[in-house]
Amino acid sequence: MLLGRSFEDMCAQMYYRGKMFGFVHLYNGQEAVSTGFIRLLTDRDTVVSTYRDHVHALSKGVPARAVMAELFGKTTGCCRGQGGSMHMFSREHNLIGGFAFIGEGIPVATGAAFSSKYRREVLKESCDDVTVAFFGDGTCNNGQFFECLNMAALWKLPIVFVVENNLWAIGMSHFRATSDPEIWKKGPPFGIPGVHVDGMDVLKVREVAKEAIARARRGDGPTLVECDTYRFRGHSLADPDELRNPDEKAHYSSRDPIAALKNYILEHSLVPESKLKAIEKNIEELVEEAVEFADSSPAPPRSQLLENVFADPKGFGIGSDGKYRCEDPGFTQGTAQV
Amino acid sequence: MAAVLQAAALLMGFQSGIERFRLRSVLRSSPVPLERALVVRADGRLSAISGVMPRSVRLIPNAVAAKADTTGTSAASKPGHELLLFEALREGLDEEMERDPRVCVMGEDVGHYGGSYKVTRGLASKYGDLRILDTPIAENSFTGMGIGAAMTGLRPVIEGMNMGFLLLAFNQISNNCGMLHYTSGGQFTIPVVIRGPGGVGRQLGAEHSQRLESYFQSIPGLQMVACSTPYNAKGLMKAAIRSENPVVLFEHVLLYNLKERIPDEEYMLCLEEAEMVRPGEHVTILTYSRMRYHVMQAAKTLINKGYDPEVIDIRSLKPFDLHTIGNSVKKTHRVLIVEECMRTGGIGASLRSAIIDNFWDYLDAPVMCLSSQDVPTPYAGTLEEWTVVQPVQIVAAVEQLCR
Repeated sequence: MLLGRSFEDMCAQMYYRGKMFGFVHLYNGQEAVSTGFIRLLTDRDTVVSTYRDHVHALSKGVPARAVMAELFGKTTGCCRGQGGSMHMFSREHNLIGGFAFIGEGIPVATGAAFSSKYRREVLKESCDDVTVAFFGDGTCNNGQFFECLNMAALWKLPIVFVVENNLWAIGMSHFRATSDPEIWKKGPPFGIPGVHVDGMDVLKVREVAKEAIARARRGDGPTLVECDTYRFRGHSLADPDELRNPDEKAHYSSRDPIAALKNYILEHSLVPESKLKAIEKNIEELVEEAVEFADSSPAPPRSQLLENVFADPKGFGIGSDGKYRCEDPGFTQGTAQV
Repeated sequence: MAAVLQAAALLMGFQSGIERFRLRSVLRSSPVPLERALVVRADGRLSAISGVMPRSVRLIPNAVAAKADTTGTSAASKPGHELLLFEALREGLDEEMERDPRVCVMGEDVGHYGGSYKVTRGLASKYGDLRILDTPIAENSFTGMGIGAAMTGLRPVIEGMNMGFLLLAFNQISNNCGMLHYTSGGQFTIPVVIRGPGGVGRQLGAEHSQRLESYFQSIPGLQMVACSTPYNAKGLMKAAIRSENPVVLFEHVLLYNLKERIPDEEYMLCLEEAEMVRPGEHVTILTYSRMRYHVMQAAKTLINKGYDPEVIDIRSLKPFDLHTIGNSVKKTHRVLIVEECMRTGGIGASLRSAIIDNFWDYLDAPVMCLSSQDVPTPYAGTLEEWTVVQPVQIVAAVEQLCR
């Protein structure tokens, strides 16, 4: 959680210094949800996120330097600089996005869960991989959400749908956009258990996550978890965040998940304060190092522009000289000379 | 990394006088790396890409179609087997599903119902309900599901009951299917095949008569092919499934009942190659899908009038086979494109600009393009007939070009 917070704060700094551009959506305040769920997953489990995906990537194990380099648009980023803030992918850590349109990732997550079930039942592999899909309150009014709840319940897919309800979709209050604001209640009509949890308390989230993930792993099907959380910053770094009531912000600031956990640890004397301070220092250094790495990494060369458009570019036919046609200067179908 | 499979087949067009239809295809029974692929050239020579001829090559010199001098032989002694186009698609799909257990089908009514055009009939009882998945009516979501499954190791074939329904899946096809390989920096491949019947049928109304190739063609990262005969339907289906790229396979509602004799042996076609239907000298006619048959009908009239058209079924809508097309343009210097897409922003428009960009110096006349009218396809039979290009118009266009 601390890594997530420090990382996001550093992102804001770097953005205002002109090191990263575009739309950057920070996760400050919601760390409990990411940590609570993802830290319970194995490397083989899949995580699907939205554009607010930096901390999901970090929780899943993507190195901070790879994420920072990706944000800087450098070739050493996790997606070679081609994805950016909103499209974090990692094959190694099974993070399949990073999607810019809301709701777009939910079907992809459903597909990953389908894959897991297929492996178990058709390919007869011992596969109990679980998929966790994160999305927000605004997405819960989108058709793809309901279509996927239906399909996941129909085929009992090993998936957990996690709603990070931070009450705001840019400037649209959840209560102004939704006829029935209780999202967890939308699971049972599809036959999916709906759970409501306080998303500012990482231990509570973890409890619920344990049960939901175990349920999916057993093959009992999907779960819908609504986490009440809040984002301390605006929707993105370009959002002036004028609509939200300062009282509301203050209320949730006082329930900062990191501070809450720290107090809990110190109250119950689980870990000495010096150790916590050491962790904080380590994280700081890690984030600094990530920035240095990203800064010193090279920007993508021009030759990278047309790489990876197709997985199989060699299949673009062979000319009379025996060379691939896309290498032919006269071949202008999308692989023109740049 | 999965081995890239490549098999090339070139159809030798039939000469108008002799009516011999010779076919050469190179088959491989197991995947080989591309470096050892064999290509049969238009002039009949064989060449290997790396310069080294592979040791084991099975050449099928003759297959398919009747020859004029075999009227005495009975059907049983002719090589190959006869079937309809939708059965050819099913055969291709069946063979690939048997070969690779990761291949699965998703779509509406593909399982128990057997597919709206019976392409998947019988497959559900053979492979089970999970491999031939009957989905609820949620195109965007099940297309996205197919993409997610492809990213995590499966090879789904996603069927749109009618191609037009895939407009609902445009979000997933454009943003995820086409783009994710690039956006993820090459980490994830999306080996899906998206297929379905499209095109103008018999009075199906505007929304069931859509030609999506024009809408999908700009999506970066998506490969598109259109089949037109049982032979190329099966070959393209197999190649599309084995390809690591996301491929959209366009079938046509009116072509499902075409009958043809296809080889018994396994064969695959190259996704990016065009098909020489009829070689000629006077004019190059480029077409695909159903319009191929209108062109061939017009060709009969043109031959009687003394013209010698070269007809090429471009098959690969993205990328265009500029090699075959270019060779043809360099020979005939006149180009007519006949397509079923609408005039505005259709495949013909892109093909025209590609030809002008690359082969301007070889053209003796402006590139002509016959496309459907820019109207929602009307229900009335007469109006619908006038929406698409008819053989009479093709004949008139060639006469104008060759003036």
